[in-house]
Amino acid sequence: MSTEKEKPDYLDVTGGWLHKLRDWIDARFPMSKLWNEQVAQYYAPKNFNFWYFFGSIALLILVNQIVTGIFLAMNYQPSAGGAFASVQYIMRDVNWGWLIRYMHSVGSSLFFVVVYLHMFRSVIYGSYKKPRELLWILGMLIYMALMAEAFMGYLMPWGQMSYWGAQVITSLFGVIPGIGNSLETWIRGDYAVSGITLNRFFALHIVAVPLAIVGLVLFHLIALHEVGSNNPDGVEIKKHKGPDGIPLDGIPFHPYYTIKDIVGVTVFLALFAAIVFFSPGLHGLFLEPTNFEPANPLKTPTDIHPLWYFGPYYAILRSIPDKPLGVMAFVSSIFLLFLLPWIDRNPVKSIRYRGVLYRLLVGVFALTFIVLGYISMQKATIFWAEIGQRIQELYFLFFVFSWVYTRPRSRIFLAGTFVVVMAVITVFDWLGWDPAIAQLKMLTWLIPGVYCAIFLLLPTYFGKLLMPKPVPERVRFK
Amino acid sequence: MKAIVCAFLLVLLPVSVHAQDESVKLQSANVDLSNTASLQRGAKFFVNFCMGCHSARYVRYNRVGKDLGLTDVQLESYLMFAGGKVTDTMVSAMPPADAEKWFGIIPPDLSLESRSRGADWIYTYLKSFYLDPKSATGVNNVVYPHTAMPDILWELQGTQKAVFSTVKNPDGSTYQVFDHLEPVTSGKLTPEQFDKADRDITSFLVYMGNPVMLKSRDLGLRVIGFLIVFFILAYLLKREIWKKIH
Repeated sequence: MSTEKEKPDYLDVTGGWLHKLRDWIDARFPMSKLWNEQVAQYYAPKNFNFWYFFGSIALLILVNQIVTGIFLAMNYQPSAGGAFASVQYIMRDVNWGWLIRYMHSVGSSLFFVVVYLHMFRSVIYGSYKKPRELLWILGMLIYMALMAEAFMGYLMPWGQMSYWGAQVITSLFGVIPGIGNSLETWIRGDYAVSGITLNRFFALHIVAVPLAIVGLVLFHLIALHEVGSNNPDGVEIKKHKGPDGIPLDGIPFHPYYTIKDIVGVTVFLALFAAIVFFSPGLHGLFLEPTNFEPANPLKTPTDIHPLWYFGPYYAILRSIPDKPLGVMAFVSSIFLLFLLPWIDRNPVKSIRYRGVLYRLLVGVFALTFIVLGYISMQKATIFWAEIGQRIQELYFLFFVFSWVYTRPRSRIFLAGTFVVVMAVITVFDWLGWDPAIAQLKMLTWLIPGVYCAIFLLLPTYFGKLLMPKPVPERVRFK
Repeated sequence: MKAIVCAFLLVLLPVSVHAQDESVKLQSANVDLSNTASLQRGAKFFVNFCMGCHSARYVRYNRVGKDLGLTDVQLESYLMFAGGKVTDTMVSAMPPADAEKWFGIIPPDLSLESRSRGADWIYTYLKSFYLDPKSATGVNNVVYPHTAMPDILWELQGTQKAVFSTVKNPDGSTYQVFDHLEPVTSGKLTPEQFDKADRDITSFLVYMGNPVMLKSRDLGLRVIGFLIVFFILAYLLKREIWKKIH
């Protein structure tokens, strides 16, 4: 009875008819049960930090993309003759059309910002490790669907970059031996990207892929609520439960994380508004200048590159002169992320308690990703191709070293790995040897050289650099 | 470690400088979209000089009127020489087929020129024509070599010639590099007045590229203002609720 006094029952204020409505629904649909199980009595660790805002923000952007997308589809014409003009019609003649369109275009870029931060959170706190491997894979599937969605959506404005970007990316299917060329034509529905391609991409962009994304997000959340959230300390809160069966370090998602996420979402929305209202193109980063020219199949732009969020992968694709090999590197750079739970099997989850070198490795990996994105925006010169190739090697080496750091290794193992890795890199250099850039090649050889020396040779002398710190039993808070 | 990285980057420096390509330095257009008088002058220049060949087919006259404070009567008497309705878009009277015959290409639509080229490019391009007897139009352009466009503003600016300097290759051969432009004959406007006119035209093109920019900044400030107030309230509520957690 005393708890009743502390917590007034708001449903009673209106004379009890809301109570009756709730009971009526609960008898027919598990409304209260769902709410309690998934929100009000779902216990999340109490030590979430900055990195834990991005899941709910990603959900918010998904809703934004769907709602603005519906309104855009009301006025957009998916045809080669009408697409470009209909976007301008939306921007100039439709009431609030400009706001809806900018919210959609800026939203798509910010979706990737948020998803990359969300994924990086999993990397630094080991959230992909047992028992959350499937949660990670479902997340990766969402990410793949999101990439397909963004790629097809980018064709919609039917600008020069839309057209030629689609032309380049669909041509990648052509490298598959045997069926490649037929597959390429089948995907485009034509021998080159055309109005037919635009029509089918429109159908996929507004119906098929969004359905898949919403379904996958639901599965992602079901998996999350089954295993429970990880946290910055990487310890399982379910190990220490009170007599009532509630984790001692867990707090109900509602109201604690609902209110905390509202604070995070507000900050995000302010940033979102700043871009939408003041610089929707963000200096060519979110809306490329070349895309303000209508698509012209007879005029190839001097420099074709995708929007920033595909940049790192595009740099990997472009840095390898051989197209089939480049496509293989491009595909495996994404595929390897799926395997992360089985590559890094170190029992210590959080980066807080991993060795110094592992922390450095993750930091350099993030830097590698950003530098690759930067390289993708540079003109395709010999210099940038070479640097791209080297940074790409660092990208792949992250996975090798993550595997090496899985358990304590002997000095011989570390030195041996160093020799093998550098031998493979040198053989690749030798296979693609070009006397014209010999000096550049030998110089840049130092990039993976120094990198491998730091991560493989240094710990042979300073074993402490790989030593984990003791992991606490319970989460740290404040 | 840092020293190694620095030394390494220093070694790379000459390579990276070499990798940069040379292009003409663009002058700053210094566009001020809040200057309505400048936009109005720009619109007048645009219909007088540009619209003979170029269209702005996504831009409606009455939208320009609404944004730049012109009545329908003013629009009809100052901007619409060929008649038509104020709800029409700004389409050039020149038939595209004829344009292609005369210039070799259809003059591009200018509605979005400022978005694809940038304000500085337009501003510099318009003042960088020089006499070139080898060209069909009698002029060439520093910013866009071999442009098909004639120097449409020559009456205002006067004519210019390009001065090249000779650069020696290491092997002794030489090549010509553009150095600067020199006036040949003077136009109706002084150089300062011409720069101002050029800026007016550029401003109008920038406005056409994203007409909503005039409004969206005001709206943006209000939206962000609301979010700041909301943030304070949400944060205080969060702190209150989280008090119980230790």
